[in-house]
Amino acid sequence: MYKVTSKLKIVAFSLIILGALLTAVGFWQVPASQDAVKEMLANEAAHGGGHAIESNEHHDVATVSHGDASHETSVSGEHHGESAHGVSHEDEHAEHVYHQLKNRPWSAVYVAAFFFFMIGLGALAFHAVQKAAQAGWSPVLFRVMEGVSSYILPGGIIMFLLLLATGLGANHIFIWMNEGVDVVGHENYDAIVAGKTGFLNVPFWLFRAGAFLVGWNIYRWNIRKFGLKQDEAEDGDIAWYKKGFKHSAMFLVFFIVTESIMSWDWIMSFDPHWFSTLFGWYVFASMFVSAITAIALVTIFLKSKGYLEFVNDSHIHDLAKFMFGISIFWTYLWFSQFMLIWYSNIPEEVTYFVTRIEDYNIVFFGMVAINFLFPLLILMNSDFKRINWFVVTAGLFIIVGHYLDIYVMVMPSTVGESWFIGFPEIGSFLFFAGLFIFYVFHTISKAPLLVKGDPYVGESKHFHY
Amino acid sequence: MSTKIIHALYTDDDVLLQAVKQVRDKHYHIDEIFTPFPVHGLEKAMGIADTRLAINAFLYGIVGLCVATAMMNYIMIEDWPQNIGGKPSFSYLENLPAFVPIMFELTVFFAAHLMVITFYMRSRLWPFKKAENPDVRTTDDHFLMEIDTHGADVEEATKFLYDTGAVEIKLIDKEAH
Repeated sequence: MYKVTSKLKIVAFSLIILGALLTAVGFWQVPASQDAVKEMLANEAAHGGGHAIESNEHHDVATVSHGDASHETSVSGEHHGESAHGVSHEDEHAEHVYHQLKNRPWSAVYVAAFFFFMIGLGALAFHAVQKAAQAGWSPVLFRVMEGVSSYILPGGIIMFLLLLATGLGANHIFIWMNEGVDVVGHENYDAIVAGKTGFLNVPFWLFRAGAFLVGWNIYRWNIRKFGLKQDEAEDGDIAWYKKGFKHSAMFLVFFIVTESIMSWDWIMSFDPHWFSTLFGWYVFASMFVSAITAIALVTIFLKSKGYLEFVNDSHIHDLAKFMFGISIFWTYLWFSQFMLIWYSNIPEEVTYFVTRIEDYNIVFFGMVAINFLFPLLILMNSDFKRINWFVVTAGLFIIVGHYLDIYVMVMPSTVGESWFIGFPEIGSFLFFAGLFIFYVFHTISKAPLLVKGDPYVGESKHFHY
Repeated sequence: MSTKIIHALYTDDDVLLQAVKQVRDKHYHIDEIFTPFPVHGLEKAMGIADTRLAINAFLYGIVGLCVATAMMNYIMIEDWPQNIGGKPSFSYLENLPAFVPIMFELTVFFAAHLMVITFYMRSRLWPFKKAENPDVRTTDDHFLMEIDTHGADVEEATKFLYDTGAVEIKLIDKEAH
């Protein structure tokens, strides 16, 4: 049995407190009004934008020659309607930036909350795959997987509360929720979004989120229960194992449908003018590789503390192979999505990448390099996959890289060119990291680390590659 | 140098693995082992060094990537930068996504084929090559261990091999390869 050490608790709670403080600073930093933003922009223009708050290279361009550039690049992130006919361009721009800055801390929280939630969900899917495939190597890691996937309960509740708050109007990160967006003649009227309100309306959207979360949590609750019951079963009685097998197979069908819809709802609908058919797979690859990485990191941590003496370097090798393979799978999907849209260059689809390449160049391509080149070069060698610090290094790159991946999926449509990785982003990442660490290790401490009675556990203990 | 070698035949791969360990402990020199199928752990038991074929493949892959890049950069960007459907052919980087499928395929192509050819060359396999099979049964269900009797007592070695579970032992003259 593993016991959560006080050191780990201190680390987790300090992450939570520090993260919460930084996030609060992020909310506090939001300018109080549009006039404040106007002043800020004027200051920035005067000082060349160099040392002002959250400066970025687009501010001066946008204020001085407020022409095509800023408008074209922020088609999807536009929050003000065409209300500003009589108002000057200066005002219109200030309003635009004001909305972006208001969205920033909310989006930062959203990205971090979703990122850690998706690690839990990916671990759940990985666990189900291992069960349904009757894998002979992984049963010794089931308790670690159950620990990581347990985060979908608190993480899911937080996600739902965030979505609920958003749906009730606490923030405006989803532009399809704007008032009057589907009312003909309203200043916010948007014919394209109006055509999608059959799917994109708050009640149905919240209902889907709730239904999916309940479905995933039921499976997670069941599979944990079956595992613990199997521990207590008599020798040779594998009824609970069989039950778990059936549930896992059914869950995988449910999962792939709901995961796909979830990615449209929670990520793709940030850009309601844009759509991509492989988006669900793309988000899935991202969550799968982060989850496997998290499992590997937790396994290596527990093993280094001496709690997993039955886990050998062949298990680590297998996890590292998964990290390597799924990283490349993720890159394949990223590239397929990017290249198809880049190649055909259809205006209504390509704006998605235009905003990302123009405003997020470093993060957008940097994250591809981190998520592809580092795992590729670090984890290609078979011997390196058995060396803990190599796997940990690659793992940390993958975790940061996929956080940035989610970041560039969400931010361009909510804060546009006013992005920055500062207090709210780092703060909310630390906050959810602390929560994740605490909850995951808390769950792991609840049950023995080696499953009993699983028909494959003997094979798994002697697994050798 | 002795011209005699011993052929010891086994019928079970577990017995063979056991025998290899004993023979090595006894410091007899194993020339070669013939098996009808891959025996897991045999190369470890025999103390054969790891293959470097994978390293070769990696390097060949890099060659393939370079070939693809150089080829398309020359053809599409330097030699005749036409406007084809509005694709930007001002620099390689600008039109990179369109080249990636070919870069990928040529990397795989070079890595795979050159590695296979390396394998054939290193293991001396080619059409019309004379088979080096000391006993036809080794392609079916027998395992054969070839031991150099160099400096050893043949009598004693034979006795020792019988004890390791060999079902048949032959002392034969070494052919000049």
